Amino acid sequence: MRALAPYLQALPLALVFATFFLVPVSLVVVVSFFDYQTYQVLIPDFVFFNYVDVFTSNVTYRTYLNTLKFCLLTWAITLILGFTIAYFLAFEIRSVPLQIFCFLLCTIPFWTSNVIRMIAWIPFLGRNGLVNETLLAWGVIDAPIDWLLYSDFTVVLGYVHLYTLFMIVPIFNSMLRIDPALLEAARDQGASAFQVLTNVVIPLAKPGIAIGSIFVVAIVMGDFVTVNVLGGGQIASVGKTIATELSYLQFPPAAANAVVLLGVTILMILALIRIVDIRKEL
Amino acid sequence: MSEQTKTEGTGITRRRALETTALAAATAIVGFPTVLRAQEPVTLRIAGTGVNAYNEIAEKAKEDLGFNIQYTTLVSDDVVKRAVTQPTSFDLLDVEYWMIKKIVPAGTLLGMDTKRIALFDEIVPIFTKGELPDGTKIADQGTAPFEVSFLEEEGGKTFASGATEFMTAIPTVYNADTLGIRPDLIGRPIESWTELLNPEFQGKASILNIPSIGIMDAAMVCEAMGAVTYADKGNMTKEEIDQTIAILTEAKKDGQFRAFWKDFNESVNLMASGEVVIQSMWSPAVTAVRQQGIPCVYQPLKEGYRAWAAGLTVPVHLDDRMRDAAYEFVNWYISGWVGAFLNRQGYYTAVLETAEEYMTPNEWGFWMEGQPATAPILSPTGELLDEPGAVRDGGSYWERMGAVACWNAVMDEDRYMVRKWNEFIAA
Repeated sequence: MRALAPYLQALPLALVFATFFLVPVSLVVVVSFFDYQTYQVLIPDFVFFNYVDVFTSNVTYRTYLNTLKFCLLTWAITLILGFTIAYFLAFEIRSVPLQIFCFLLCTIPFWTSNVIRMIAWIPFLGRNGLVNETLLAWGVIDAPIDWLLYSDFTVVLGYVHLYTLFMIVPIFNSMLRIDPALLEAARDQGASAFQVLTNVVIPLAKPGIAIGSIFVVAIVMGDFVTVNVLGGGQIASVGKTIATELSYLQFPPAAANAVVLLGVTILMILALIRIVDIRKEL
Repeated sequence: MSEQTKTEGTGITRRRALETTALAAATAIVGFPTVLRAQEPVTLRIAGTGVNAYNEIAEKAKEDLGFNIQYTTLVSDDVVKRAVTQPTSFDLLDVEYWMIKKIVPAGTLLGMDTKRIALFDEIVPIFTKGELPDGTKIADQGTAPFEVSFLEEEGGKTFASGATEFMTAIPTVYNADTLGIRPDLIGRPIESWTELLNPEFQGKASILNIPSIGIMDAAMVCEAMGAVTYADKGNMTKEEIDQTIAILTEAKKDGQFRAFWKDFNESVNLMASGEVVIQSMWSPAVTAVRQQGIPCVYQPLKEGYRAWAAGLTVPVHLDDRMRDAAYEFVNWYISGWVGAFLNRQGYYTAVLETAEEYMTPNEWGFWMEGQPATAPILSPTGELLDEPGAVRDGGSYWERMGAVACWNAVMDEDRYMVRKWNEFIAA
C-alpha cells in the first residue's frame, strides 16, 4: 500500500494529462496518415503523402521561415522589454505595495479579450488612422504611410503588445527570488553595475527567461489569429495554413502539418531547456 | 474564432441570436409551472451562414407559427464542417448550394419532400429547371443550383439529373454578386472585373480569402483580362488553377492588395475606412457601408455576376413532430412575409409572387423592377437606404439574374485548389 501511494497521488494529473493531451495528440498523429477525399473526410489508411505534400512544397519552407522570423523578432523584443520592465519592478521599486501596484498596471491590457486588443490597432495605424492623420497634420509626411497596417511590422507589434506580459511574469518571479545580499556582495567586490547584471542577475533570472521564452515561442509558432487580423490576411503562418485546411475539411493534411509544427516547436523548446535546466533551477 | 458572427448579413446577428436564445430561455422558465402541459412549443435550431438569420424573422415565426427559432451562425466553411460532423446539432440547415455538393455524399441530410411544399410550383425555375422564368437558360458554370437541387430518393447520397420528388433544399434566398467600389475615391466609371487588378488601385484592392469564392472572383478577373480561358470557371483544371493563382500571386507581389478579408464585417471596415477602394463584396456589406453615410456602389460589370443561392433543408435525425414543424416553417418561409423582408435587404426570394403581396409598389419597383424609387427606400429595420429617384445598382431582377456568369462552386480539383490558394496567401 505504501508503495502504491505515490502512484495514486500522481493518478489524477496523469489522467488529465492522458485525456486532454496524449489522446488528442495521438489522434492527430493517426489522422495524419489517413487518406481523404472531398466528399469523405477521413479514410482510414496508412499513407505518407500528407507528409510528402508538406515536405515537398516550397510553401511549407517559406511559411516556416516566415513564422520563425516572427517568432525570433517577437522573442527578442519581448525579452528585452520584459527583462527591463521586470528588472525595474524587482530592483528599482523598493516598496512592496508600489511593486504590486505597478505589476497590476502591466496586467490591465489583459482585462479585455486579445482579439479586441488586436483590432484596436487598426483604426490607430490605418491609412486614415490616428498616426497617419497626426503625422500628416504636423507636416512630417506628405502621404499616409502604408506599412503601418497590414504588414510584418504590424504583426510583430501585435505580438509584442499581446505577449510581453508572458515574459515579464516569470522573469519578475525569478528576480524576486534573488537575494539582495548577492547584489550587494557583488558591488562590494568592485563589480560595475553592468557586471552585476551579467554575472549575477541574468544567470539567476535564467529560469524565468527560459519559461517566458517557452510561452512566447509556443504561442507565436501556433498563432493564426493575430497574423490574420493584423497582417490583413495577406501574411502566411503555419497556424493559418492549418486553419485553412481544416476549414476545407482536409483533416489529414492539417494533421500532418500540425504534427510537423509540434515537432518543430518541441525541438525549439528542447534547445531552450538544454541551455537552462528549468527543473534544477526552480 | 470558429463560430464567427457573420458572413453575410447585417452586423448584429450574434446579438439577435443571443436575444432569441434568451427569449427562448425566458419562455422555458416562465413555462415551468405549466410543465404538465402536453407539449412544449417547438424550438427549431437553424444552423447556417447567417445570411438570412434575422431576429425579425424569428419574431414573426413566433407570432405566426408559435415556434421558437434559434440561430447558429457560422462562417461558410464551418457550416459544411458542422453539417458533416455534427448533424444532430441543428434541426434545419440553412445551406448554400455549393455546400450541398459537399454535404449530401456524407448522408447527413434527408432532403425535402416536394409534395409537402404547397408553393413548390411557384418556386422560380432557376432552381427547378435551370431557367429564368422567361425560359432562357441560366449560366451553368460552377455549382448551379439546379444541378444539385434533386435527390434520387429521400435521404439519398447522389443527385438526380432531373426533377424528382425530393429536393436537396427548398431555396430561400439568392443573389448576384459583383465588386464593391468607392465611387468618391475612384472618380471614374468602373465597367470590368479587370479593374480589380488594375495597377491604378495598387495597395487599394482586396479579394475575399474564402478559397472557393475567392477563386471565382479571380477567375472572373483573369477571364476578363483575357489571360486565362476557362472551359468552366466553376470546375477548373489543374492548369487553369495554376494560371489563375500565378496571376494573383504576381499581383500580390506587386502590392496590389491591401488586405484579404474572410468575414463580412472586415469587408465593411476595409471599405468604410478607405483602406480599400475596390474589392469583392456582398450586397448587404455595401448597404452597411452606405448606412454609415459613405458612398459605396455594388458595381455591375460587363462580364456579369457571380451568383449564389441558399436553401433550407432537414437533417436525418428529426422525429415526426420536429419534421412537421420544419416543413411548416419552410412553407411559411416562402409564403410571402419573409420573401418581402429579404427582398428589402437586396436579396432575392425563391417565390416572387407571394413576396410581391407584402411589398409596396414603390418597393417592388425599386428592388425588383429597376425603377426609380418614388418614395424613400427604407431597410427592413427602418433606416433610410435611398432617396426618391434612386435606382438600384444593376437594375431589375431580370437584368441582374440574367447576367449571371457563374455560381459559387466546389470543384473536382478542390483539394489541389485549396493547396494552391494557400500558396498564394503565403507568397
